[in-house]
Amino acid sequence: MGMTIAEKIIAAAAGVSSVKPGDIHTVVLDRLMSNDGTTHLTIDMYNQLKNPRIADVSKLVWIMDHNVPCDSVKTAASHKKMRDFAKEHGIKFYEGAGVCHQVMMENHVTSGELIFGADSHTCAYGAVGAFGTGVGCTDYLYAMVTGKSWLLVPETLKFNLTGALQEGVYARDLILSIIGMIGANGANYMAMEFGGEGLKTLNMSDRISICNLCVEAGAKTALMEVDEIALNYLKEHGREPKHCFQSDEDAQFAKVYDIDLGTIRPIVAKPHFVDSVVDAKACVGTHIDQAFLGSCNNGRIEDLRVGAELIRGKKVHPLVRFLVVPASAAVYRQALAEGIIDTFMEAGAIVMNPNCSVCWGSCQGVIGEGEVLISTGTRNFKGRAGHKDSFVYLASAATVTASAIKGEITTADLLTV
Amino acid sequence: MDQFTGKIWVLGDDIDTDIIIPTEYLALKTVQDMAPYAFSPLRPELAGQIKEGDIIVAGKNFGCGSSREQAPEIIKALGIQCVIAKSFARIFFRNAINNGLLLIENDKLRDAVSEGDEITITINEAIMHHGNQYPITSLPQNLVDIINAGGLVKAMQRLNHVSD
Repeated sequence: MGMTIAEKIIAAAAGVSSVKPGDIHTVVLDRLMSNDGTTHLTIDMYNQLKNPRIADVSKLVWIMDHNVPCDSVKTAASHKKMRDFAKEHGIKFYEGAGVCHQVMMENHVTSGELIFGADSHTCAYGAVGAFGTGVGCTDYLYAMVTGKSWLLVPETLKFNLTGALQEGVYARDLILSIIGMIGANGANYMAMEFGGEGLKTLNMSDRISICNLCVEAGAKTALMEVDEIALNYLKEHGREPKHCFQSDEDAQFAKVYDIDLGTIRPIVAKPHFVDSVVDAKACVGTHIDQAFLGSCNNGRIEDLRVGAELIRGKKVHPLVRFLVVPASAAVYRQALAEGIIDTFMEAGAIVMNPNCSVCWGSCQGVIGEGEVLISTGTRNFKGRAGHKDSFVYLASAATVTASAIKGEITTADLLTV
Repeated sequence: MDQFTGKIWVLGDDIDTDIIIPTEYLALKTVQDMAPYAFSPLRPELAGQIKEGDIIVAGKNFGCGSSREQAPEIIKALGIQCVIAKSFARIFFRNAINNGLLLIENDKLRDAVSEGDEITITINEAIMHHGNQYPITSLPQNLVDIINAGGLVKAMQRLNHVSD
């Protein structure tokens, strides 16, 4: 019987010829990413082991991004623990380089790999056809010490994309539409696979954005067919693919969805659930206090260009704080070179160093009681961005920037009217 | 612990990890320090009312969101002996098992119970509530072994050293 991309990657990692959904396999992992959200906990557990050892230190990548730079003595202590341990054991370590998933995409991930990340949005790596999945620190520790873990082979939902997104509609609108359609647990325990002619119209930034958010539908991983666009991205970043898997024609999918990209409209996810999506037009006029353009989902140069194009020659609304946070140092420097940072600052935006920022509700930019944020971040859970009685709306870079200018939720096409 | 009885607390759908433990409390030193703030965005009084041996009964997609492992650790630290939900988000599921917190999936119980009711659970068999029986599926043995050892790290320790 044919296999899906997810099944092929697990089979290769398990050293078997075929697998099927529901099987549990012991797999060898290609890469292990961890960030400052939980690494200190992993280290505490590691130090309690009787015979601690790292199976293969060359597979570990540790990235500071959740509280960068440190905002308290407490986080400084956990950072120091992580930094010292990385140095002592020779672990590849990044600080100031950006949000972990963007740093991984720029520097490490390649097609066909099986990767554990101690962060839920590790599914982003499917943009180059890698099986990335989020785990907690105990699973991470076990994989770090043994080089292996167990995986339940997931069923796969297939999304056949056709057509192309209309002008003013973005990958963010597409994935929010899909999450709205299948629900916040619509892909629970499953893989979400994307393919079809429509995929070829989406650039790497779009693809990362789509895969990154699949965990908000509960997905174990997201995977895209590897094509010229993905291979060129790897080549530009100096990497070769490990395997370029496609699903077999007779592969079994739990469900197949056909999506015409041309039907997608600008979308907003309302508080407090990512699947609480509506046409962005339905939110026009909603009061906001802060806008955020950044995160592993939408902090790439392509997103900053969209925002800069809209705000050039205009000003951030005087009653709104507009935070712009490039997803990586590479993105930041590219934005500087293109004059984009200048454009945002000229407009009155607050440009910050690459980090997770208000997307995870710690560090800089948290919002107060009753305040409203419109964000390109990953989640809008109750209290996610600060006070428990605050409100987060999720939208594309265009909708967020347009709203920052207008001082209330609006869409880019309404801005010029 | 083949059979046990406990008082239940009832929660809704999509109880996410930011509800279970908001980001602002993650910098506290231990899960015991964090536990009083569990579920605080939704029900600030709840953590103080939960007693050792109580059970949580929730709707679908319990534990969705972040991979923060403090979420199941805190639920365990509060003394909750089991969470029953219509479904669990997968990262939370793994994290709970790895920390020795028992999870049971059942899609009917949640809509039949009221907060404060008592239920009796027979592992791998059924839940009893007001004379009604709700069958439950059994967990694979490898997961049962992890829970019984008190979590994955303790299961590893039991082997004395980590080996292939």
